[in-house]
Amino acid sequence: MSLENRIAEIIVSRLNVKPEEVTNSASLKDDLGADSLDMVDLMMDLEDTFNLKISDEDGNKLQTVGSVVEFLKEKGIEA
Amino acid sequence: MSDKRVVITGLGVFSPIGNTVSEAWENAVAGNSGIVRLSMIDPEPFTSQVAGEVKGFDPVELLGPRNARRNDRYTQFAMAAAEQAWADSGLSEASIDPERVGVVIGSGVGGMDTFEKQHTVAMNRGPGRISSLFVPMMISNMAAGQVAIDLNAKGPNFATVTACASSSHAIASSVDAIRLGRAEVMVTGGSEAPLTMMSVGGFCSMKALCATFNDEPEKASRPFDRDRSGFVIAEGACIIVLEELSHAEARGAHIIAEISGVGMSCDAHHITAPAPGGEGCARAMRMAMSDAGMAVSDIDYVNAHGTSTQLNDINETDAIKAALGSHAAKVLVSSTKSTHGHMLGATGAMEVMLTSLALKNGLVPPTSTLENPGEGCDLDYVPKTAREADIQCALSNSLGFGGHNVCIALRKYKGDS
Repeated sequence: MSLENRIAEIIVSRLNVKPEEVTNSASLKDDLGADSLDMVDLMMDLEDTFNLKISDEDGNKLQTVGSVVEFLKEKGIEA
Repeated sequence: MSDKRVVITGLGVFSPIGNTVSEAWENAVAGNSGIVRLSMIDPEPFTSQVAGEVKGFDPVELLGPRNARRNDRYTQFAMAAAEQAWADSGLSEASIDPERVGVVIGSGVGGMDTFEKQHTVAMNRGPGRISSLFVPMMISNMAAGQVAIDLNAKGPNFATVTACASSSHAIASSVDAIRLGRAEVMVTGGSEAPLTMMSVGGFCSMKALCATFNDEPEKASRPFDRDRSGFVIAEGACIIVLEELSHAEARGAHIIAEISGVGMSCDAHHITAPAPGGEGCARAMRMAMSDAGMAVSDIDYVNAHGTSTQLNDINETDAIKAALGSHAAKVLVSSTKSTHGHMLGATGAMEVMLTSLALKNGLVPPTSTLENPGEGCDLDYVPKTAREADIQCALSNSLGFGGHNVCIALRKYKGDS
């Protein structure tokens, strides 16, 4: 499964949104309804799935689906 | 004392005997048991293997996937029951100033399931993996907070936590709020989801639960009976819309009954055992009658706490005799826990609901499982079958671990009064 699909799967499950809503430009908060509590748990999901640590500073920058993909690619995660 | 009067204008329920008000009422009157073999968790490790479970509750369908994920089962019950009660009241956001609508919802153990699941996460994977939703899901006041969001109710809002008297305190506090002019409408009641390892196991360890009818669940909750051996733990929620009388009449609301008085006291005796002779309960009953302007001889029906424990039922019988004197022999007394079990922090509201319907319908639900009254249990407990009776004034008792006693006095509503 591609990195994009794995991330989308986590977001769909965590935020109870439809897969087609999870587009690259979708804002996690404004478009997908995440509040600050959801964001914390979403970061935990990503950390557990991809076995890395996301600092609060990095986490705060992850505002869109695309930014999550880019962030994980920068960390050397491909799939 | 305020001259404001308080009436019930909406009811909502999810309970072992039904997920609508009419279904719950019909089952209570028919004596149809909602007690089953415990299925929410594996019953085998527990001495008591019976429970009152809410059947067919689908939180995703009722509340949507997001609400279902972000709320403990106890809050989910409250949300679903509040939606029903609000619809039943006929009130809408457009018809009342949101700041004049308050919410008080009680719960005995709150988000116990959430607590247990997240404790397991912490033990297995460390405290850094505790969900950010753990605290808001677990705390016992979130039902009140979430229902306020759902209804946009911006008035007084809090939770009451007094074990098995929680929702009766919620109702009492709501009556006070309306009388004091703090709100015109109060959405109140209780909610409980205690069918988890820690709460079932904890009550089992107290020897509080019935362990002698595991093969006959429908007979396990038997208030005032010779063979009673403990209460039957149950889940569910009952939400009641209370409204200031003139406000309700002005909008032509359907009024179910009046709550005309409340009484509260504490045994100050023991953490779990009732005071000898039920003296604390008797004081709450007297206070409720006095507050309601009811004489002892006015009381037609007592909806008893009647838990089916040895201690409660004899002490409450003594309390009724102490509060009502010789009139106690003429009063109808029943415990509907015989059908729905002990819904802990939701049970007081459940019983106030059934009492209000008894007044409205002139029909007293029975103590459905009572076969042979226990020693000292010598009142008219309306055994087995419901009784038609033109009841005008009723009391509903709730007593909680901690020595908390609440009595709610209800009066039949007559349009011209």
